Amino acid sequence: MKMKVGLFDFAGCEGCQLTVMNLEDQLLQVLQHIELVEFRELMTETAEQIDIAFVEGSICRPGDRQRLKQIRQRSKVLVALGSCADNGGVNALGSDRTPEVLRQQVYANDLPHLYTETPQPLSAVVKVDYRVPGCPIDGQEFLAILQALLLQQQPELPAFAVCVECKLAEYPCSFDYGQVCLGPVTRAGCRAICIDGGGHCRGCRGLIDNPRTSPYHRILEQHGLTVEEILDQYRTFNVSEKAP
Amino acid sequence: MKIELDYLTRIEGHGHLIVERDGDKIVNCRLQVVETPRFFEAMLQGRHISDVSTIVARVCGVCSISHTLVSLKTMEKALQIEVPPQAQLLRRLLSYGETAQSHLLHLYFMALPDHLGVPSLFKLLDSKQELVARALRLKRTANRICEVVGGRSIHPVTTCLGGFSARPEASELKKLRQELVATLPDLEATVELFASFEFPAFNRQRNALCLAPENDYPLSSDNLLSSNHERFPVTSHHQRIEEYISPDSTAKLARCEGDCYMVGPQARLRNGQQKLSPMAAKVATALSLEQTTLNPFENLKARLVEVIHCIEEALHCIDELLLRGMGRVVTPNIPSLAGEATAAIEAPRGTLFHSYRFNTQGIIEEANCIIPTAQNLASIEEDFKRLLPQLLDLSAADIQHKLEMLVRAYDPCLSCSTH
Repeated sequence: MKMKVGLFDFAGCEGCQLTVMNLEDQLLQVLQHIELVEFRELMTETAEQIDIAFVEGSICRPGDRQRLKQIRQRSKVLVALGSCADNGGVNALGSDRTPEVLRQQVYANDLPHLYTETPQPLSAVVKVDYRVPGCPIDGQEFLAILQALLLQQQPELPAFAVCVECKLAEYPCSFDYGQVCLGPVTRAGCRAICIDGGGHCRGCRGLIDNPRTSPYHRILEQHGLTVEEILDQYRTFNVSEKAP
Repeated sequence: MKIELDYLTRIEGHGHLIVERDGDKIVNCRLQVVETPRFFEAMLQGRHISDVSTIVARVCGVCSISHTLVSLKTMEKALQIEVPPQAQLLRRLLSYGETAQSHLLHLYFMALPDHLGVPSLFKLLDSKQELVARALRLKRTANRICEVVGGRSIHPVTTCLGGFSARPEASELKKLRQELVATLPDLEATVELFASFEFPAFNRQRNALCLAPENDYPLSSDNLLSSNHERFPVTSHHQRIEEYISPDSTAKLARCEGDCYMVGPQARLRNGQQKLSPMAAKVATALSLEQTTLNPFENLKARLVEVIHCIEEALHCIDELLLRGMGRVVTPNIPSLAGEATAAIEAPRGTLFHSYRFNTQGIIEEANCIIPTAQNLASIEEDFKRLLPQLLDLSAADIQHKLEMLVRAYDPCLSCSTH
């Protein structure tokens, strides 16, 4: 029996589900080992029972909570797909204001259908078994996690920082360009793709388990950067997480 | 009779369909956009201009490249930063990659199942293996353009103010070129497939708007052109285009001079057909896409013509880049100036406007985005009103299916439209 897999979405850009679709030739091989039973963006079919549900997006409205609970009930395993589902992601960037203020700023109106609450990760509403971090997720990491689940093994995320991957790939250090980089405290697994692209790490994969802050403060000092500058970067994808 | 369809499938984002009928009278017919507002425009306030394109890319997974590029263009305009020719070519190539992948995803995975009578393309994994494999192959090639140039197919990592922070090697572009050429037989098979479908006859006069075809097919001009032959600068769009709020939609709708209008592939084809690449022009003729009235169901054909245009133009872009020789990336100094600007780009689903105002510290004070799908929503509702009377003899299930097909034909991106 093939495992039944479903993909679901809440508030987000649907880019993580699309990353799964963009696996293309690999997806074709994966489909020999799983049965895709629900994926609203590309399928009309629905399923009563799901073995593994991958859920994208954050939870912002009472109706979202209800729908997420129903997905949880139907699923044996539930995986948060991407940073919006994992920790609120970029959606939470407006959390320094109340939803009422945000509504006024964007709509200058307070009609009932525009009602939202502060975006929350899935884990605020239901039990989340595993997570695929990142904005967007990394397709190869998704495959590794899916493979582990199909083999009934425990999926594991790297415990080290993006900085390690970056050094191994011998990319020039962003700090040397006077650029704040979250590589030293962000969980690896993206192959330092943003630094490879000439940018810096904005921490979309969230913190490593035990970030060491004192060496980090030293790096900032050495390069004449401030904690405020780093927090500003950190907030982009991690408002709802406590800063190190 | 009452149709209440929650969460339309095979579209991007969340929308409900509601139809109520009393005998021969339609009392209610609506597309409800129930997507969650994420308040991107408010979230940008207080952010530095160097973070803006990274944040707005997250408005949409399907058209993150368009959001990135129009955002950069707007800020560059405000700061009067010149983008070097190599970077301009790479951006153009990136746009072609995005439009091709978005259109192919729609054509094969969202729209095609309706024409083949299946709930999803995945149903055909066993019976039509080659078709599914071809769909994925084509999508792969289009996404490869985005990966080679943007560093990643979704939410690009190499784009920055003034151009690019990293660029592909000539060898990568040569390899990409071979892959694009190798995809031509698959494109031919796709044309053959879509040419064989019957589309419901439903033409009506409508205003179609896109960026003006100046030197080339609508993509990145500073002027707009409507099918009513009106040309006006993007910067004066707010004099004609007005956003408004509907109790049915979390996305703001838009009207042009008080009326609904259409943006997207059909609008571009209507106003810029003469600038299509040679292969795409041939296909447009073969698919008889030369009317003055527009049938939204035929958006699919227009999308296919554009895929071919994008692949052919991408080849030319690569040739031009290689001929010029790949130079180093140059990142300009960002001047500490206050600024205000509006710019637009043709995203896969139509004209996408971004406007920003920022202070001398480069901190955004005000931002606004007008999304293609939001501009099409009123047009979809108007189509409902005109189409429904023609469908009254059908069963509720058939009416529902026709309306779903109509909505899908616009390839709406509802999460993007609400943002």
